Amino acid sequence: MSSQANRHQEGEKITGAQALIRSLEMENTEVIFGLPGGCILPAYDPLLESPIRHILVRHEQGAGHMAEGYAHVTGRPGVAMVTSGPAATNLVTPLCDAYMDSIPMVAITGQVSTSAIGTDAFQECDTVGITRSVTKHNELVMTAEDLPLAIRQAFHLATTGRPGPVLVDVPKDVLQNTMAWHWPSDAEVEASLPGYKPNTKGHPRMIKEAAQLILRSSQPILYIGGGVLKARAASALRELAELVQIPVVTTLMARGAFPDDHPLCLGMPGMHGNATAVTAMQKADLLIALGSRFDDRVTGKVSSFAPDAKIIHVDIDPAEQGKVRKPDVPIVGDCRLVIEEIIKAIRDLLASGVTQADLGPWRSRVSGWREQFPLAYDQSEPGRALKPQYCLEKLRDSAPEGTIVVSGVGQHQMWTSQYWNFNEPYTWVNSGGLGTMGFSIPAAIGAKVGRPDKTVWAIDGDGCFQMTAQELVTASLERIPVKIGILNNSYLGMVRQWQEMFYEERYSEVYLSTEVPNFVKMAESMGCVGIRVDDPDEVQNAIDKANSINDRPVVVDFRVDAGEKVFPMVAAGQSNDDIMLHPSQNDRRGNLR
Amino acid sequence: MSGVNPYGTSANHHVLSVLVQNRPGVLARVASLFARRGYNIFSLAVAPTDNDEYSRITIVVNVESNTIEQIVKQLFKLVEVVRISELDPSNSVERELMVSTVRASAEQRGQVVELVNIFEGKILSVGSDALIVSLDGSPEKLDDFEELLRQYGIVESQRTGRVALPKLDRKSRTTKGNKG
Repeated sequence: MSSQANRHQEGEKITGAQALIRSLEMENTEVIFGLPGGCILPAYDPLLESPIRHILVRHEQGAGHMAEGYAHVTGRPGVAMVTSGPAATNLVTPLCDAYMDSIPMVAITGQVSTSAIGTDAFQECDTVGITRSVTKHNELVMTAEDLPLAIRQAFHLATTGRPGPVLVDVPKDVLQNTMAWHWPSDAEVEASLPGYKPNTKGHPRMIKEAAQLILRSSQPILYIGGGVLKARAASALRELAELVQIPVVTTLMARGAFPDDHPLCLGMPGMHGNATAVTAMQKADLLIALGSRFDDRVTGKVSSFAPDAKIIHVDIDPAEQGKVRKPDVPIVGDCRLVIEEIIKAIRDLLASGVTQADLGPWRSRVSGWREQFPLAYDQSEPGRALKPQYCLEKLRDSAPEGTIVVSGVGQHQMWTSQYWNFNEPYTWVNSGGLGTMGFSIPAAIGAKVGRPDKTVWAIDGDGCFQMTAQELVTASLERIPVKIGILNNSYLGMVRQWQEMFYEERYSEVYLSTEVPNFVKMAESMGCVGIRVDDPDEVQNAIDKANSINDRPVVVDFRVDAGEKVFPMVAAGQSNDDIMLHPSQNDRRGNLR
Repeated sequence: MSGVNPYGTSANHHVLSVLVQNRPGVLARVASLFARRGYNIFSLAVAPTDNDEYSRITIVVNVESNTIEQIVKQLFKLVEVVRISELDPSNSVERELMVSTVRASAEQRGQVVELVNIFEGKILSVGSDALIVSLDGSPEKLDDFEELLRQYGIVESQRTGRVALPKLDRKSRTTKGNKG
């Protein structure tokens, strides 16, 4: 940082607004997703002279999700800047989303002038109070002198330890006041946060215990969560898995952390995971949980989850240890560093003559399940509605290498995670923890801004699309050519599925419309190309056309079968042992032992 | 709290001494964490330490011991929390202050004053038919005093949250660092 600090003269008199933008530049911010308004106005003036690109969104929620999408694919913190009051409250959903999924993000919000705080002034809200429980940290900056440190702290906190969103609330007069420029050193930042010391290095004794347990176990599973991606640990993970030949499941947040086409990869576990991944965890004698948090969507009923498994739990957040399931070997640390240490410890043990338990029977049992219980759906009969899974298979097989896939939340999300082949890390962006409908369009835009070299496909539902579609205007005008595939079943599909299965087909408020909106016209009105697909024969052409357009966003409206359900499924609160298979596999159910 | 003497020692009774940066909003962060995770604060005392950059929050909670572990870990995640010690009541000194208005007619006044003297309390204010008395001491001592005062009639009573420090001759259980 010191070389950069030299770019600016220490003590130079500048405004708080200039200091804010300069601080963002110092943190290597290349893009801000935002929308100006009264209180944040002063900050938008020096932005005119800044090399930072600003992307003008149509709704502040869009700015937040764009920042998330950007962070997902680049690993760098996404930055959103909005004004006070309603703009800050509009940012609450993306902040909570980023908090749940540990996405590094820095949010700057305007605030009414310090003298007006607490008076119910125009566009005033208690932003710090409202966002306290959905941020890793937040801060109201009361003087211009404090701004550079607040920004440095925000980036430091957002990106270290367990990543997360940090919000800096800046009153208007703080932006307008003059201050003497000072860029705090690393030491100053550390001294300002005496209680913040994330532990990255795992405990050596625990690492050795983990290595011993791994070699002793005859039915182990590597249970991979999003923390592996946050720690940039995908290649370390691959080395570990290949060294000990242990099968791998990748949770919804970890898709791509281990290649789907690898022989050891079992795919996604959980509520809509495949039968093999779910069952392998249930029958395991050891779960090596790396950056995963025993989410209820993975464990099903906790008391019957993997009942015979010992647990090695590696997580950078000590509070995850024992939160849901008590680990036998807890290791607090950065996943990459800890995996590397575990590999070393295993190699040492092997070199000293320790032998690994025979995994042959376990692996053949697992492959038996894989053969008998692949993902399954019934292909549509001629003249009948398209199957969403078929659309996804075609999209997947036509996608250029390295395509980034983004999804909203619901059936389409589960199908995408199931049917896509994720072979590279950071090619899958979705809202896992919070389950934010409407996530995909803005997140895809953020992802494309972060990785303009890659094709970005957002797979959306018709319900989700209507929550944030306005950001396609942003995409058109900012020339961000994302591609949106709507799996349009005219329903809130996942809710419809639950009503069909658990409420005796009593459909309540889940039907949207087959005619309104007209998605093609809607897309065209926003400057996108719109394509509608009704027939299976048209699917390939439409995808080819969409893939060939690179100068504007494309929206493909796939009219899919509304009756299609996501299988397998573990009903909420049920045991993973009671997984519901695709009806075509029920006769084989007994083989899932 | 029914069935449990709130001031007495119960198996689920934990005292956390939380050292925090003395900054605006820290107490709100701690309080909202308890609310958000569904933990109930039994009593709370906050004041700056000898170093005014830090404050000490003494929190008494009634929870199972695996829950206290999770509370401590969650508290640690707050950036402004510097150190947390769980104080074992048998290895720490605990103090509370109580101020009570007690009914005391002219003929009973002497008895109340005597009681206050026995407990080494103070008379803060004298009225025609009531006294305001204060007592500081261990929570148990305050419990006893309060019970004895009750026969005269307590009009109003206010106890502070508990403050506590580890005893000097033993080591308190202190957890440091490890934040994600």
